[in-house]
Amino acid sequence: MPETGKMARLVRSEGVWLFSRSPSAILAAIATVLIVLGALFAPWIAPTNPYDLASFSLFDGLLPPVWADGGDARFLLGTDDQGRDMLSSILYGARLSLSIAAMAMAVALVLGVGLGLAAGYFGGRLDAIVMRIADVQLALPAILTALLIDGISRGILPRALHDDLRVAVITLAIALSLWVNFARTARASVFVERNKDYVQAAIMMGQHPLRIMFRHILPNIVGPLLVIATVDLASAILLEATLSFLGVGLPANAPSLGTLIRIGMQYLLSGEWWILWIPTVFLVVLVVAINLLGDFLRDLFNPGMR
Amino acid sequence: MAGFILKRLVQSVFVMLAVAFLAFSLFTFVGDPISQMTGVETSLQDQARLREELGLNDPFVVQFMRFTGDMLQGDFGYSFRTREPIGAMLLSRLPATLELGVVALVISLVVGIPAGIYTALRPRGLVSQSILIGTLIGVSIPTFVIGILLIFLFGVQLGWLPTFGRGGTVQIGWWRSSLFTGDGWRSLVLPSLTLGLFQLTLTMRLVRAQMMEVMRTDHIRFAIARGVPWRSIRYRHALSNTLIPVITIIGLQFGGVIAFSIVTESVFQWPGMGLLFLESIRFVDIPVMSVYLVVIAFFFVVINLLVDLLYVAIDPRLRVRESA
Repeated sequence: MPETGKMARLVRSEGVWLFSRSPSAILAAIATVLIVLGALFAPWIAPTNPYDLASFSLFDGLLPPVWADGGDARFLLGTDDQGRDMLSSILYGARLSLSIAAMAMAVALVLGVGLGLAAGYFGGRLDAIVMRIADVQLALPAILTALLIDGISRGILPRALHDDLRVAVITLAIALSLWVNFARTARASVFVERNKDYVQAAIMMGQHPLRIMFRHILPNIVGPLLVIATVDLASAILLEATLSFLGVGLPANAPSLGTLIRIGMQYLLSGEWWILWIPTVFLVVLVVAINLLGDFLRDLFNPGMR
Repeated sequence: MAGFILKRLVQSVFVMLAVAFLAFSLFTFVGDPISQMTGVETSLQDQARLREELGLNDPFVVQFMRFTGDMLQGDFGYSFRTREPIGAMLLSRLPATLELGVVALVISLVVGIPAGIYTALRPRGLVSQSILIGTLIGVSIPTFVIGILLIFLFGVQLGWLPTFGRGGTVQIGWWRSSLFTGDGWRSLVLPSLTLGLFQLTLTMRLVRAQMMEVMRTDHIRFAIARGVPWRSIRYRHALSNTLIPVITIIGLQFGGVIAFSIVTESVFQWPGMGLLFLESIRFVDIPVMSVYLVVIAFFFVVINLLVDLLYVAIDPRLRVRESA
């Protein structure tokens, strides 16, 4: 029975078949989707608003999760020293972490793919300059780049302004340390694609280079770029968490997952384990899930490695 | 050969000049040193006099030359925050970072290389599969979480090992070392494991990929066809070709070790250069930041240079091409 709908073709595709046979990929996808949905709809599903000082009280401070002795049914995952609901803090924290990571990844993607396509297509001096910058960038570890950018922005911007722009600065710092992967992949793919007949034909038809790059070449290199985007999303989440943990990321009044872990460190020696470990486990599960998806996609797009 | 070395040396000098320029621009354009050094009570005339005395009115190029010249003579200027000479500050913290980094690197290589070879030779085995899943999780767990886990397990729960600082140290000349006391070694265990574990996963994955590639090459196939024993194929023919790129791995890892030592030092309050850098970022101590940048770049350049030279020394193919 021939079905020709797009949906039907997708369902019968090789990717979906492989996906259905890979338990780790399915688990990872479920975990990722759940966390992303939770983060996306945090304002509607979280029991309380952790930014609203009126919504929690000190009397509820340091309550353990429901399943532990002394747990309170109102607070599924317990409360912190201020009486803030941990579940709400984590959902809002994940929302912040994920949106920063996604924005940084998007900026890195646009910047990297743009530069990589141009470098690969035009070659010559432009290519030499872009790749030299990429080499230097690659030699500097991402965390160092991000720390430096944060430090410089602190020096340039007045203090109050810097606090307002914290999210933008962190996003930019992460994006600038991740664009190289995209640029190198885009460039390498363009080198291969450029000599293929369809590109040569488009050039001969006198099409504009921009049109050739974005309409003809780009759709053919989406696969490898998707793999990098997934892996880089995980790196971006880790980078943001690390910066926040080091205390140079986001301020404590708008805690991301990394900030929550930094706050939780103070309870490492005391009995209030949930304040530290629940956000930590949450962060690790999120990153492991995204990395597993990345691994799955890599295998899918590199059949040779299977 | 001599030409190659000379070319690489000249390249390295240019890289260092570029980094020095970057550091100097940071120093010049970010923040005003006069406003950092003086308070509100200093009159404008005094500020202007200080500006003239310090040579801050000179042309940019002249200032840059002076900056570079001073650095070459070991004069790195003063910290805005502590007013101490930066050279001495960094020097007193250098041993802590180097000892931590070297021990971590050794851990990553001693465990990572054999594990990489094993998983490459038996890719479908149960042990290999679990090691590979382990490395995936290892890559996904941020360094600081590994640190917290180790502190919790060995420091808090079991109480076996100290969780912060360097423990007992011995002063040898200007080098303060924690390698000569039992207490110092015990303090070194958790930080170096934290730093080493992440590098370990990278080493393992790179060695594995390289080994698998070598096993597919023609000379290995030919050796199999000749009936050379498997043991000899694996550990003589394949391994020697696998280990050449490992030198590059060590070079690359050095960067990672330096970068993540910032995180590790912060978790364990290890008094190294990374902690100093982090403090200087928090307090916008631009001179310390820019000198740290130059020092780190210097390490990078020297290591890369050594790696390239070692490559020529070890890989006969490069020598042949050179003389041909």
